[in-house]
Amino acid sequence: MKLFEARHLSRAALSDLSFSLSASELVCLSGPSGAGKTLMLRSLADLDVNAGSVYLQGVQRERMPPTAWRRQVGYLPAESRWWSETVGEHFRRVQADILSQLGFEDEVLGWQAERLSSGERQRLALARLLSNQPRILLLDEPTANLDPVNTARVERLVTDYLRKHRAACLWVTHAADQIERIASRALYLDSHGLAGSGKGPEEAPA
Amino acid sequence: MIHLSVFDLSLAALLVVALALTSARIYPGLAWQLLVAALRTAIQLTLIGLVLKALFANSNLLWVGLLSLLMLAVAGREVMTRQHRRFAGSWGYGIGAVSMFISSFTVALFALIVVVDNEPWYQPQYSIPLLGMLLGNTMNGIALALDRLTQSAWEQRDVIEARLMLGYSAPEAVSGIRRQVFRSGLIPIINAMAAAGIVSLPGMMTGQILAGIEPVEAVKYQILIMFLISAGSGFGTLAAVHLAVRRLFDERQRLRLDRLQR
Repeated sequence: MKLFEARHLSRAALSDLSFSLSASELVCLSGPSGAGKTLMLRSLADLDVNAGSVYLQGVQRERMPPTAWRRQVGYLPAESRWWSETVGEHFRRVQADILSQLGFEDEVLGWQAERLSSGERQRLALARLLSNQPRILLLDEPTANLDPVNTARVERLVTDYLRKHRAACLWVTHAADQIERIASRALYLDSHGLAGSGKGPEEAPA
Repeated sequence: MIHLSVFDLSLAALLVVALALTSARIYPGLAWQLLVAALRTAIQLTLIGLVLKALFANSNLLWVGLLSLLMLAVAGREVMTRQHRRFAGSWGYGIGAVSMFISSFTVALFALIVVVDNEPWYQPQYSIPLLGMLLGNTMNGIALALDRLTQSAWEQRDVIEARLMLGYSAPEAVSGIRRQVFRSGLIPIINAMAAAGIVSLPGMMTGQILAGIEPVEAVKYQILIMFLISAGSGFGTLAAVHLAVRRLFDERQRLRLDRLQR
């Protein structure tokens, strides 16, 4: 049984996508901007109206409360939002090991959320998401604002997390070298739909 | 009581005309709006005076009920038109009208049957003014609250969705907005009660005193009205916010801003 499976997912501007993820698998998703990668992730997290069947461990999402679905199918948007004063108020459960793997001390929880740099926001948003312990990670360009050191930290954290929790990840990226480093498989989304099972976008049929 | 003649009222109208002429140079459109509104006041109040006169002469539950529903219908429209972004379709009208119906009518019935305890309870001299004051104030509270709610949801959509993404339920995702909105709906009546008698003499009481009623009696009625209004607008706002939040999300707890229209 597949850990995560989408069949005939479609919505406005996106038609009939099917794919699946196995446990511990990290699948990179690339494709031209405007092809609908973000819309695809939003639909998988059930944030917008969409059609099709999506299963987590064989259970269809409509059979789960939406809150439980989104906690287990965790979506990290490209731009994170912070609404309370301090960083710590945004965490349900704090995991110091995740923070330290991302290069933060515990005191980061007392920092003012609005003073974070874009790179700090991006890493802390990932830590916030992982504190829910999701089984599926839907990451929208999670290293776009990061320097090479922090990019490596995020890559290592996610691959460790997938192994430890037998989770799976769909990771949107445009960087061919990143796909080469981390992906067990690559998918390519363009106006014709979803394609590819090789490792790089160049192997995907045009 | 000193009777006012049409001439007396025309003298007061001159003040409004003077204001309109003065403001015409600064903002001609506003001066025109002022005159139209003043004219509407004169016509609408004269008409309702005639209606009430006929109704008082012929106290009948059916006519009282019909007039009440007409008032509700107009108030519902008013709530809808005051929304910057309102719910599309019949919801835009329905949420305001239903919440006003629940709160104003219940509070008015309670006041008429339990508090005033007149015979018959629907005697129009009491029921229509009471309902009118309730509807007017509830309408303001609900219109303000709904406008704030839809506007805030629109502006803070990213934050609401960020919280949904982290597994918050829809009510949790809008809890902060909801509190602010409820506050904005209740603040006018809280301020009015806090300032009553010190800063301002409430209009109804002033009217009764001018009409020759003994001040202490007028005050008692004013206190009753204030309490009824705060209950009416408070519960009305609660109901409206509750219904609107439900409509903002669907059964999968997705934020549905597509259900709003400008």
